[in-house]
Amino acid sequence: MEAIGLTSVDWVIILIYFSFVIGIGFYLKRFTKSQEDFFLAGRKNSSWVAGLAFLSANLGALELLGMTGNTFKYGMYVAHFYWIGAIPAMLFLGIFMMPFYYSSKISSIPGYLKLRFDEKTRVLNGIAFAFMTLLVSGINLYAMALVLHTFLGWNWNVSMWASAITVASYVTLSGLMSAIFTEIIQFFLIWFGLFLVSIMGIIEIGSVDQILSRLPQSMNTLWSTSGNPMQNGMLVHWSGIVLGLGFVLSFGYWTTDFLVVQRAFSAKDLRSARMTPLLASFFKMALPFIVILAGLIAIALSNDPKSGFKLLQDGGQVNYDSALPLLIKRYYPSGLVGLGITALLAGFMAGQAGNISAFNTVWTYDIYKSVLNKKASDAHLLWMGRVSTIAGVILSLGTAYWAKSFPSIMDYMQAIFSWVNAPLFATMLLGMFVWWITPTGAFWGLITGMLSSFLMWMGVKFHWFNESIITMSSVQSDMAANFWRAWWAWLICFSITLVISLFTKKKPKEELVGLVKGLTKIEHDRNIPFVKRPAFVAIISFVIFIILNIIFW
Amino acid sequence: MKPIWFFVGLILLAMGGLIFLTGIYLLIVPSARETVLSNIHPNIWWGIIMMVFGGIMFIKTRKQTV
Repeated sequence: MEAIGLTSVDWVIILIYFSFVIGIGFYLKRFTKSQEDFFLAGRKNSSWVAGLAFLSANLGALELLGMTGNTFKYGMYVAHFYWIGAIPAMLFLGIFMMPFYYSSKISSIPGYLKLRFDEKTRVLNGIAFAFMTLLVSGINLYAMALVLHTFLGWNWNVSMWASAITVASYVTLSGLMSAIFTEIIQFFLIWFGLFLVSIMGIIEIGSVDQILSRLPQSMNTLWSTSGNPMQNGMLVHWSGIVLGLGFVLSFGYWTTDFLVVQRAFSAKDLRSARMTPLLASFFKMALPFIVILAGLIAIALSNDPKSGFKLLQDGGQVNYDSALPLLIKRYYPSGLVGLGITALLAGFMAGQAGNISAFNTVWTYDIYKSVLNKKASDAHLLWMGRVSTIAGVILSLGTAYWAKSFPSIMDYMQAIFSWVNAPLFATMLLGMFVWWITPTGAFWGLITGMLSSFLMWMGVKFHWFNESIITMSSVQSDMAANFWRAWWAWLICFSITLVISLFTKKKPKEELVGLVKGLTKIEHDRNIPFVKRPAFVAIISFVIFIILNIIFW
Repeated sequence: MKPIWFFVGLILLAMGGLIFLTGIYLLIVPSARETVLSNIHPNIWWGIIMMVFGGIMFIKTRKQTV
């Protein structure tokens, strides 16, 4: 593709953004005095700040290029990632799990595993999470380089190193607080910078109905073709969507991934922490009107030869992730191009900053302090947080090159989540709701679950066995395989943990008070009117979720 | 410390203003790079929307601290 020639106004807009994020890093540094300020933003955020940051931490490359590209590849089924693949899990986190997380005053998710089980389970999860975070951080770098390469014709290496250095600068200066500030700025820039693509697409084609009418039936519905995998773009049965995405991958990500849950830990009190994912759920449900709609517009335009719209080709393969940048090029005049690019850059940089700020916390608390230096002082941990930020950025640069070898970013992401998050969700669910689950059972269940998921992925990739064994279907896509692999990994971890726990030593009940439902007295919400309770907000969110699924059934 | 909404308002106001002014300029001196639907001048009305939204946030939070 011919690179867009940016005008001076576009450059000024990009420059304003970079000046802001670096400036915010310096501004907040004076308020970052302790390790709690650096790693948990001082635990003083409102539910709105924590909620938007909670959502925005997930709103990086994954949501923008990846989801728009996947909509082009799989059709409207990708909206499942926003609705059944997110909302029930976010509501479950806010209503049932957050009281145990927040009230135990932990600094990270592995920290909960230490309290509930033991040190070795904490370290195992800490290492797996740190590894996963660096891989995902690499995606953001890759996606950013793609945008800069596509739009500006910049060199891949220069693009990745330039963005990495910027993120390293502001996260090193003020840790989670600067990450949260830039995530919220990114949230607004994405809406103002990218929603216009959908508006322009609707204006050009005529209406949403006309866009949908230009698509094959396999791509313009959510559920009605899910009874037969042959009839939908994702080649997946509804049971795979519900069990793999809706239950295991979604709950595994939204309730146990420290990247997003860390934002709720920064809230000022328990009610704000519980409201964090509930408020975020409303904005999550709205995101398909940017990314999915843009992907559908791209399909509709591609099906019309007169439109002149065609995705890029990389080595004979369609580059699905080029859909959104190409739409920006199509619709945005000078000035708006700068805003569109800034929105993408903001998404990538905030996504990367989110991963790095979660990595530095888990590394410092759950690996360094837990194993390597148990007597580290507050000042030393603050220093280690800054050092690990820089080290994390350098390591994620290496993973960015690996991400380039995947045909679509989202497939790569879901593969990683199915290795780490899917089995962890089984461990968390059992640990939080069944008191007799033992530390030995949790540890071996987690190891077996992670290994089984990774071996299933390796087995298919290197043709040790056929993918149909995992998906139980004669047809499958990479995404369907991810859903099913996550389900099996969860089931294996769940079963092994249960069986081993039956025969191994249990923790005394008194040590589990405040960590396990049934042993903990629930006292929150008692004096709050029903309409102000988190449960009421969750009900409204759930009703909207049901309505959206019915409308696009 | 200034609330985050102050910074959001400021950046939207600055960017919206620039986009709006660019739209006015392109109305007078059309660009050589033709985009689809350029006849509806999206940067003018989108720039105004950004300025209004950012301006409200900026004005409401400019004296606040948290």
